[in-house]
Amino acid sequence: MTVVVVLCGVLLTVGASLAIIRVEKGPSMLDRTVGLDIVVTTMIAAIALYAAMQRRTDVVPILVVLSMVGFVGSVTIARFASVEPEGEGRVRTREEIAAQEAERIAAEDEAEEARRTDRRADADERHDGEVR
Amino acid sequence: MTWTTVADVASGICMLGGAFLAFAAGVGVLRFGDLLSRMHAGTKPQVLGLVLVLLGLALRLRSGGAVWALVLVAVFQMLTAPVAAQMVGRAGYRTGKIRDDLLEVDELTSDMEQATARSAEGEG
Repeated sequence: MTVVVVLCGVLLTVGASLAIIRVEKGPSMLDRTVGLDIVVTTMIAAIALYAAMQRRTDVVPILVVLSMVGFVGSVTIARFASVEPEGEGRVRTREEIAAQEAERIAAEDEAEEARRTDRRADADERHDGEVR
Repeated sequence: MTWTTVADVASGICMLGGAFLAFAAGVGVLRFGDLLSRMHAGTKPQVLGLVLVLLGLALRLRSGGAVWALVLVAVFQMLTAPVAAQMVGRAGYRTGKIRDDLLEVDELTSDMEQATARSAEGEG
């Protein structure tokens, strides 16, 4: 039994981790929902595995609750994604993402640079005041 | 060899099958290219995998009340998984996440085109 439990645990952990990588990568909200559905199902399987290992019947209600809650989440997100504005839900290509990322980083750098020169100017003014 | 040993071994095999399906879903959802393929991979542990795991748990617990609760879980999952999948698929179609070039048959698009043509005829 121990061998089976360890093997199942490894398979479930790897499966959930891969699904979480997909949740992180996206690219759209619906892909994330599918990934999260798998994570919830894996969680149910893991709790069932624990219950089987310990022969515990008191964790069975948790399985009932989890099987209900996972469904509510994905339906809500699908409903919300239906009214996504045009273009927002489109799958962007790798190049577009890279271009947007570069744009964002450039804007951040610019803002940081502007803040720094501002601060330097402030300091200079204060210094001038002291000298005078 | 008593029947409890047999039940335990069968339970272990069912558990392994269910865990393997969950693992396969993780691989599939990461490797596949578009929303519908990912949904196809994701529904494997949701119904068959979960039923296998619950069957394994029932074979191991072997007590009346708990087994009925597990049947409830399986029935609930079978009722809700298609609803969730339909909602996600419809939202994906409406927001343009379905890749036409990967579809062998696309009945929804042709049906909608026919309906549009028919309503235009009715008006004209």
